[in-house]
Amino acid sequence: MNKVPTELKYVNSHEWLRLEADGTVTIGITDHAQELLGDVVFVELPAVGAQLDADATAGVVESVKAASDVYAPIAGEVLEVNVELEAAPELANSDPYGAAWFFRVKPANVADLEGLLTAEQYSKEIGA
Amino acid sequence: MESTMTATPKTTPLYESHLAAGAKIVDFAGWAMPIHYGSQLKEHEIVRTDAGMFDVSHMCVLDITGTEAKDWLRTLIANDVEKLAFDGKALYSGMLTPAGTVIDDLIVYRTYYGYRMVVNAGTADKDIAWMLKQAEGRDVVLTVRRELAMIAVQGPNAIEKACKVLHEEWESTIKGLKVFQGFPFGSVEEGWFIARTGYTGEDGLEIMLPADEAPLFWKALLGAGVAPIGLGARDTLRLEAGMNLYGHDMDETITPLQAGMGWTISWEPADRNFIGRAALEAERAAGVAMKQVGLVLEGRGVLREGQKVVVAGIGEGVITSGTFSPTLKHSVAIARVPAATGDSAQVDLRGTLTDVRVVKMPFVRNGKKVFA
Repeated sequence: MNKVPTELKYVNSHEWLRLEADGTVTIGITDHAQELLGDVVFVELPAVGAQLDADATAGVVESVKAASDVYAPIAGEVLEVNVELEAAPELANSDPYGAAWFFRVKPANVADLEGLLTAEQYSKEIGA
Repeated sequence: MESTMTATPKTTPLYESHLAAGAKIVDFAGWAMPIHYGSQLKEHEIVRTDAGMFDVSHMCVLDITGTEAKDWLRTLIANDVEKLAFDGKALYSGMLTPAGTVIDDLIVYRTYYGYRMVVNAGTADKDIAWMLKQAEGRDVVLTVRRELAMIAVQGPNAIEKACKVLHEEWESTIKGLKVFQGFPFGSVEEGWFIARTGYTGEDGLEIMLPADEAPLFWKALLGAGVAPIGLGARDTLRLEAGMNLYGHDMDETITPLQAGMGWTISWEPADRNFIGRAALEAERAAGVAMKQVGLVLEGRGVLREGQKVVVAGIGEGVITSGTFSPTLKHSVAIARVPAATGDSAQVDLRGTLTDVRVVKMPFVRNGKKVFA
């Protein structure tokens, strides 16, 4: 059974988003995504300062089995990327909602989050 | 990894054992097989450092008897069973079309009753149809041994641990087996057949046994500290060992000369007219255009099957199998490239031409890096 924390937002391409107290948004891949990928061996993250459009490719996650693009679910400027995840990609398997966050953005429009999937909707989407 | 979805995948006698061990099951060539039991990387490491076991019961075992069995095999496959000087010796070979392309790769054992052959799961039906056609009018009897299960126990501690749960009186015989030797233990009807072969680049055994005895034997091996290993790790292990996977590194469009299988063709004696010989001789005379090599990417990224290989000033090739190597911690691949390729090339890695080194395989043997 895949974990789908209720306090997060989701998109169909299996990224999660967390609105932080300071108005920034942290983005990662879901438990379901890491299970589909299997053992993650490389992670490529966007450049700090990059302006990402919604649905733009923001990085790559490679497992033993497959390579998969990571998308920016909302438009925004990349403020910070998780360099620890680059050094230890296996965190994506062990702690997808915690230590394995991918990047943090300053959203172009924080209201963009409202249109995204709730935990309940995403659970239905993945048949969890 | 081949994944053909069928309505009801076949199951091996160990299917329930896999579920009990927490396996993730996938459809592999029409068989419901374990891809991993949690982590492919951990399973890979266990085989390189200790002992693991694979359910390979989906592979097809055939016994070949009849007065013409030997003569028939000498025309059926590209390697020569005449080289099997005594009962228990085995060889690896391609079975070829008249055009010299690979129908399947297989192992043949010489036994006291004739020969035993092990072929791939996904190709078994076409192999059998081809062999039956070739056997028409000959005194050759093919017996498909679907009632047998097969378990591969692989790793530096594999033979030691397997012997703990096998009959004590078999131990000295098993430990006396040389690589690529195997024979029946007990009578052939009882069904036990143990060989020192494998598909991982590690020492180990492949054990054929009656299907109804397989779950208990599997459980005994678990008890002896042999970990269950899925097909995912089987693929990364064989790739590190530089071993071909049928349907990926070769198939009916590729000759053994282009697939690193030249060593399996027995050219002498020149009058042994095996199927495909004329085509291979013509190819060799004209100059073989493509060769199989290993590719190494020491930087980031993973080489994958189907990616284009670019050799500056020479031509293009293709990756036939690629993965992240858990032992080396970087990517390696098997590729088919122009024969004139030197020691470097580039791979189209998701739109970026990336430099790779061209090396002689294998990449890993007995737990250690072996290429230069």
